[in-house]
Amino acid sequence: MSEQKKPNKPVKRRLSAKQVEQNRREFLRTSALAVGVMGVSLVGLLPAVQGKSLALRPPGALKTPLDETEFLSSCIKCGQCVQVCPVNAINLADLDKGAGVGVPFIDAREQACDFSCDGLQCVLACPTGALTHDLDYPADARMGFARLDNPRKCLAIQGKGFKGQARGPDFEGILRYDDVDRWNPIPVADYPYDLELCDLCMRQCPIEIRIAQCAAAADEREQNKDRVAQIQGNECPPKHAIAFEAFGDEEGGVKRMKPVILDGCVGCGVCEMICPPEPPAIVIDIKQDVDHMRGVS
Amino acid sequence: MSYIIESFRQLFGSEPRRPDKSDISPEAKAVHLYKKQNPFDKYSFEVAREAHTADSKKWRNRRWATLLVVNLLFVVSYYFDIQLLEGALTASRFMGFHMADLNSALQVTLAFKHMVLNLVIGTATVFVLWLLLGGRTFCSWVCPYHLLSEWAEKLHLYLAGKGWVKDHSFNRKVRSLFYVIFALLALVTGYTVFETISVTGIVSRALIYGPGMALIWVGLVLLFEVFYSRRAWCRYVCPIGITYGVVGTLSPVRVKFVLKDCHHEGDCRKVCLVPHVLDMTVKGKAVHTEVDVSADCTRCGMCVDVCPTNSLRFDIKGLGKHL
Repeated sequence: MSEQKKPNKPVKRRLSAKQVEQNRREFLRTSALAVGVMGVSLVGLLPAVQGKSLALRPPGALKTPLDETEFLSSCIKCGQCVQVCPVNAINLADLDKGAGVGVPFIDAREQACDFSCDGLQCVLACPTGALTHDLDYPADARMGFARLDNPRKCLAIQGKGFKGQARGPDFEGILRYDDVDRWNPIPVADYPYDLELCDLCMRQCPIEIRIAQCAAAADEREQNKDRVAQIQGNECPPKHAIAFEAFGDEEGGVKRMKPVILDGCVGCGVCEMICPPEPPAIVIDIKQDVDHMRGVS
Repeated sequence: MSYIIESFRQLFGSEPRRPDKSDISPEAKAVHLYKKQNPFDKYSFEVAREAHTADSKKWRNRRWATLLVVNLLFVVSYYFDIQLLEGALTASRFMGFHMADLNSALQVTLAFKHMVLNLVIGTATVFVLWLLLGGRTFCSWVCPYHLLSEWAEKLHLYLAGKGWVKDHSFNRKVRSLFYVIFALLALVTGYTVFETISVTGIVSRALIYGPGMALIWVGLVLLFEVFYSRRAWCRYVCPIGITYGVVGTLSPVRVKFVLKDCHHEGDCRKVCLVPHVLDMTVKGKAVHTEVDVSADCTRCGMCVDVCPTNSLRFDIKGLGKHL
């Protein structure tokens, strides 16, 4: 660095042997510092290069899994999305996640995004477009795609019902229950269920809930969907996200049902959060999304 | 013009220009000559120093108060959800109006190769803000790491005074090298590599969103500063300082050196984070009777606080006479 340039400068006094030695040492120290700092920062980059940094991101971050790179590059790590989320679903990645110290992610099993803000507040809060503003409604999100990861654990497939708190009394996750208070999510533990056949994943799916509301409103007013969207300020999802399909034989009057993931799934993670078994029967696959599934991307 | 050139030279790591005899203005020459012929009376200097001690923490207290208030505003805004100052130091909204740290915005733009309107607004706002307030003023008046580093520096100086540690200096040009490399890395890898190790961002987020493991890195950097090299991060690594320094070259807020009052005892250079900017306080080096400290100065005011004879003072260009 500068040591190499110094001789070119018009130096009036000659450097003493001691000064030359000091300069040499400083040069070596400086080189070591440069290598050290660059080394540390590149180690932080490694997981991103290896593709190990994938995580469930807030709505608007992913259109396809390939967008992960773009998401990491555009996120300015300010946490404004964290601040606006009414259910505190968004966390900032720590050092243990490797790439992207400070980038937001969602741990769906602990606290999924239930779209209780309605208007995608995180997307509106994002200053850099890391959460794309192309998104207008929850149904436009492409966070991932639900997958029946562990069908044998699924209570519906076993033909079982469910009674009690979905995730036990100690679970801290919260969820918006429209019939309780549309704007104030309550703890899942405060909302016990009593179901003949467990259909929690479909029952609590924000997309399915929305579709049901739209249908009810449309019936009531005998008006078309667009009009309902206008009135309610939140577009009706065009497609279903999850449905229950009967399968197998009825054994002793118990019908067995299987959850089927449909095109409308946006990967919000509520099904994963609400699923009673441990580990959950249904999870979000972040490497998939609906466009990807259909081979559009 | 020479102020801007000299500012840039010092910002990017060159040593302050050694003035030629012909550079020194006749007025300054006269002061230098007068000082030579009339050496300072040690006794009256000591009196001045004694008299000054009461005032000696004025700017530090103001600065610490500002730094704490700004950072606590982020914390309180989130904690009590009052939506006054949302986000973190890398990007935020002040009462709904976007603000973005210039270096973070630059890194993101280089990596993403695209700038949305909100980021343009935020960057422009912050640019104007620090253009007015003095660029690297951000470092000492806002950056939360600066405060930690200031305490680490105190510890370092204590240990060094005891002879237990030694201060190792680096070549200041390495900071410019880091600046270029981090910019290129963002451009090439499409990832904001510097943000991973940015202690400013890590500390800011830790304050607001709670501590995390990333603080281990901050701790390591602080240990390095305590035991090996005084103020190493701010002096030799952090590109944020260069970004704001460049903005600050045009800022009217400066620390001004007044030659005739100076006793050249050098206390200012001992407390300064960037002592090269105070080179003109060395006997015989000032080229004018009043010299502005270059833009690498963080305007922390420590030299103003420590100077017993008030030869260093804050000045606002164009307003100086009205203050």
